[in-house]
Amino acid sequence: MATTGDGAPRLGLARRFCIYVLEARAQFLSLARTPGFTIPTLVFPIMFYVFFGVVMRFSPLAPTFLLATYGVFGLIGPSLFGFGVGFAAERDSGALLLKQTTPMPVAAYLLARVATALLFGMAIVLGLFLLGAFAAEVTLYRGQWFALAGVVLSSVVPFCALGLAIGAWVKAQSAVAIVNLVYLPMAFLSGLWMPISLLPTLVQDVAVVFPAYHQSQLALKVVDMDQGGSVGVHVLMMGVFTVVFLVVAGFGFRRAGQT
Amino acid sequence: MSHGCLATLSAVTHRYGDVVALDGLDLQIRPGEVLAVLGPNGAGKTTAIGLLLGSLQVQQGAVHVFGRDPGARPVRMRRGAMLQVSGLPDTLTVAENLELFSSYYPAPLPVSTLLAMAGLEELAARRYGRLSGGQKQRVMFALALAGDPELVFLDEPTTGLDVEARRSLWSEIQRLKKAGRTAVLTTHYLEEADALADRIAVIHQGRVVAEGTPSEIKSRTADRRIRCITGVGRDDVASLPGVVRAEVSGQHLEILTARPEDVLRTLLALDPDLRDLHVTGAGLEDAFLTLVRAGDPQEEVS
Repeated sequence: MATTGDGAPRLGLARRFCIYVLEARAQFLSLARTPGFTIPTLVFPIMFYVFFGVVMRFSPLAPTFLLATYGVFGLIGPSLFGFGVGFAAERDSGALLLKQTTPMPVAAYLLARVATALLFGMAIVLGLFLLGAFAAEVTLYRGQWFALAGVVLSSVVPFCALGLAIGAWVKAQSAVAIVNLVYLPMAFLSGLWMPISLLPTLVQDVAVVFPAYHQSQLALKVVDMDQGGSVGVHVLMMGVFTVVFLVVAGFGFRRAGQT
Repeated sequence: MSHGCLATLSAVTHRYGDVVALDGLDLQIRPGEVLAVLGPNGAGKTTAIGLLLGSLQVQQGAVHVFGRDPGARPVRMRRGAMLQVSGLPDTLTVAENLELFSSYYPAPLPVSTLLAMAGLEELAARRYGRLSGGQKQRVMFALALAGDPELVFLDEPTTGLDVEARRSLWSEIQRLKKAGRTAVLTTHYLEEADALADRIAVIHQGRVVAEGTPSEIKSRTADRRIRCITGVGRDDVASLPGVVRAEVSGQHLEILTARPEDVLRTLLALDPDLRDLHVTGAGLEDAFLTLVRAGDPQEEVS
């Protein structure tokens, strides 16, 4: 252990790393032991894929298409629920206040939640890919599999930011309802459940305001099934959404700090 | 101003909208002492703790802990806290929570030591959500000690606990005191402050109305109730020195005082026909009233 110039104790790198690991482990265990979280977030995307990608295919392209869109759908779940609902619950119960009196690094708290969403996301991606490859006979180049996994998993960043923004503003009791009100309509209107090209033109025009649209277009680009938008624009939009959500979350914290 | 003090609140005023929670509060925390901050609900105890923990922003006045800003990271490393309203994830076990909190500090106490100190050995593997209220409080107490802190804040640690759980927490706090730790304890029980503290600061309406050792504070509380039938009027009795409160109750007059001998001497001299006299110990709430009254300038008793 080293000390700073004024004699205050400091943690070494290894000890600081240990905080991040323990914080992530605590967050993961806490969610993994909550069936109300694990069952819907893990089961829904897999179940949808079994229904519409494996059992009843409306098109020969469906298994590949849905691998991308249900992947994004699957990642949004743990990001919004784990982050948004979990954060609101810890704030309202006083668990967050207690942690704020300790020297816990705020970054450890936030990254633990991102890491947890990522772990659940990896389980969903693995499940979808195994089903796609072995039950739905999806054939992709090896590079496409990796690229698709990468794009889908990168959804944790913008959607954890959205979860944080929601969690910073709403009460724990209403957080689940609000998250569902955002999650499900956004998923449908962004073309995660059925291709956006099958939806009315008005819906297609409005879809650009949803982060899920841009994220799913990026995933579909990997398998050449996107609407033909520019990768740069989609990536830029996801960056803008992330920053906006973080700013909204920041205002939420400031407001909470004043009351 | 703060030489030799671990923490100070100087002329601190804090408002929530129009409500004044602290009104020019001055408080010093000296090394090695257990300070009880005693006051009724709404006196401003939790606000004072919130400022000392850095979870509330200082609006007016100055707050220092270890000579620094109370929210500073080096301060948080040397301090522990048990909050009045706080929770933990219900699905994590006692040991998992303790291990996580210990990791935040440079020189934490081993989890096994913490479990022993809070009497939680047999509950280490139990999930937090399955503990009783008293057991949860013991976990919170253990978390406050996780970093082996020099200074511990305990905000109403025994509120809502049954007698047995309260006694067990008291003995933990007494052990802490024997180990030479500095602790600040808020409570609305005079009995608790008396049992645990070296020094008591009584606060009411956001100000310190009395400060001293437990025996000093007790000697200044109206701990006797006189009940009698007398011809002397209520208002005359209420104006006698040492009388905190006089009330008519049926035929009887009830008098609350810290100086029953003086009051009785005067009363008997005024009314030789005084009868049906009872002198009893007053309840703590009544006793407390004296100190609170003493703090109101318009109702100065002495």
